[in-house]
Amino acid sequence: MRTTGIDIGSRTIEVVVMEDGRVVETRQSDSGFDPLKEALMLLDGAKRNRIMATGYGRHLLEVALDAPTVTEIKAYAVGTLYLVPEARTILDIGGQDSKAISLNESGRVLKFEMNDRCAAGTGKFLEVMARALGFTIEEFGSQALKAGKDIQISSMCTVFAESEVTSLLAKGEDRLDIALGLHRSVVRRAAGMLKRVSVDGPIVFAGGVARNPCMHHLLEDALQADTIVPENPQMVGALGAALLAGNGR
Amino acid sequence: MSEEYREMWKSLGLNLEAHDALLAALGQGYKDIFMTQEGRPKGMEYFDFVISQVHGLRVKELMDEKAAGRKVIGSFCVFVPEEIVRAADATLVGLCTGADFATEEVEKLLPRNTCSLIKSAFGFKLGKVCPYFESADMIVGENTCDGKKKSYETLGGLVKLLYVMDLPQTKSAQGRALFKAEYMRFKEAVEELTGVKIDAARLKKGIEVVNNKRKAIHRLNSIRKADPVPISGLDALLTNQVFFYDDPGRYTKSVNSLCDELEKRVQKGEGVFPKGAPRILVSGCPMAVPNWKLPWIIESSGATIVGEESCVGERGTRNLVDSSGNSVEELMEAIVDRYFQVDCAIFTPNPDRLGHAEEMFQTYKADGVIHYSLQFCQPYIMESMPFEKALEEKKIPTLRIETDYSMEDVGQLKTRIEAFIEQLK
Repeated sequence: MRTTGIDIGSRTIEVVVMEDGRVVETRQSDSGFDPLKEALMLLDGAKRNRIMATGYGRHLLEVALDAPTVTEIKAYAVGTLYLVPEARTILDIGGQDSKAISLNESGRVLKFEMNDRCAAGTGKFLEVMARALGFTIEEFGSQALKAGKDIQISSMCTVFAESEVTSLLAKGEDRLDIALGLHRSVVRRAAGMLKRVSVDGPIVFAGGVARNPCMHHLLEDALQADTIVPENPQMVGALGAALLAGNGR
Repeated sequence: MSEEYREMWKSLGLNLEAHDALLAALGQGYKDIFMTQEGRPKGMEYFDFVISQVHGLRVKELMDEKAAGRKVIGSFCVFVPEEIVRAADATLVGLCTGADFATEEVEKLLPRNTCSLIKSAFGFKLGKVCPYFESADMIVGENTCDGKKKSYETLGGLVKLLYVMDLPQTKSAQGRALFKAEYMRFKEAVEELTGVKIDAARLKKGIEVVNNKRKAIHRLNSIRKADPVPISGLDALLTNQVFFYDDPGRYTKSVNSLCDELEKRVQKGEGVFPKGAPRILVSGCPMAVPNWKLPWIIESSGATIVGEESCVGERGTRNLVDSSGNSVEELMEAIVDRYFQVDCAIFTPNPDRLGHAEEMFQTYKADGVIHYSLQFCQPYIMESMPFEKALEEKKIPTLRIETDYSMEDVGQLKTRIEAFIEQLK
């Protein structure tokens, strides 16, 4: 049986197609301004499979295709457990949300924390800051790792942090150092969220921001623990949804 | 209905255009949230009617009472004792708050980081869209949280007559003495306003009327223990909200006849959610009409609300006043006894609230607790953290939500609440 999981996030959409418990296909596109259209295009050819939708835009698909839905939190839990069966704690930082999830031995969500409505500590924050410093989002993390010193950035709000960056640049600070400070501020927030759900057992770091090497490095530093980043950290939600589609829920 | 009451609204000084817009939004919201529910009890039709007439017929009734020489007193809080108001033949009404209105105007008077409830009350006043504000002969402010007590300093300049009641912050003997002194002072203020001398017989009658309202709500609460639930949390909340507006006698009768119907449903095993649907206890800040956001999200995500540990809910309606006394002094003591037990987060410490939440969790066979705080409501937000910890130590799944009256965070709230419900299954 083929099953499809689709994760309609704020920045990107991922599709994972599974057959007999194996991933046979993955697809990705930007969410754009018409995420339903993007999602349907991305699903082309996979619509006849059993579909489960997750992500911020999951209810769009519930309406359009009568697809069952599951929250990102459960989808990430299930997807993570498939990849790392011993995982007990998950950090997922996506485009507009960050989530810390703790699991029990059987993969049940015990507790989760999620950021409030603003973009503080999310991929969006890093994206805006990268742009303010003239980096592409892809190179932002690797550049930040080249920093020579630590600069404390206190603002978590995207708007305030941007003005803080501007004033640091005006003081003649190196943009690499500022970049590191920004990463550190996101990690501080994420680590705080993880500690509220309890940091236990192997920690998996997923979502788009997990692709950022500086984030990964600083997170391990802050938690004093190894963290596992799956090979394709953005696909974990869609993978979880595809697995759940196979379970009939 | 709007044509019928336009003259009345005009004479009250409402801004008709803004008021029309408000009623249209309220009507649409009500239709989308309440009328789309399946299998609603027939007894809810009465409450639909009350909401449809909340600025119409009910205000007309108040105007008629005023014309007959009776007084209308408006309040924001369950610490304002309705018994005393009724004893003086006056009517107590809850004032409008529960939706953002005229926010720009409000922020000229109040800091932006003031909770939605306070801002909303000011918005309804400044936007001239609350007929209760305009028809009240006296408005009672109460020194609960800092936000409210300081904002009353400004509200005083905006309304005809603002009476401020002081409240203690501890449940000590000194606290109770202040509480009682303030209730005695309030009784005198009501007597002065109405020209009615409150004697024991009047007070007893007032107590009886308000106790009857509470008894009806207690009966409704007890029916909500059933699985499947015969009434949605939204409808039960609405019933609790109407508690603050309606004519008490008619209200009591309507809640009781709703209960008659619900008891039959329970006997037949009928419900509005499938048997076994996840059951949520909501605990925290009050929800005034039309603040239905959180219960709407919860109940449209497949769970049902079985209790409200809230001022618009059991915190507000728990306990009756002992009416056995025969003197004003004895009856006032009994009133003080009852109200002094209200476990509002302005008291420190406030252990009873956690105890009540646990008790309600057991009584209503809930599966999880959602703690609801209004953003910037310091007392409840502060309590929410140890509250969550204490419940989780007892293996009670708890989710803390902090939000306001706006709709911008509905997507994120929905994700969190759906995930919480998945966690309970």
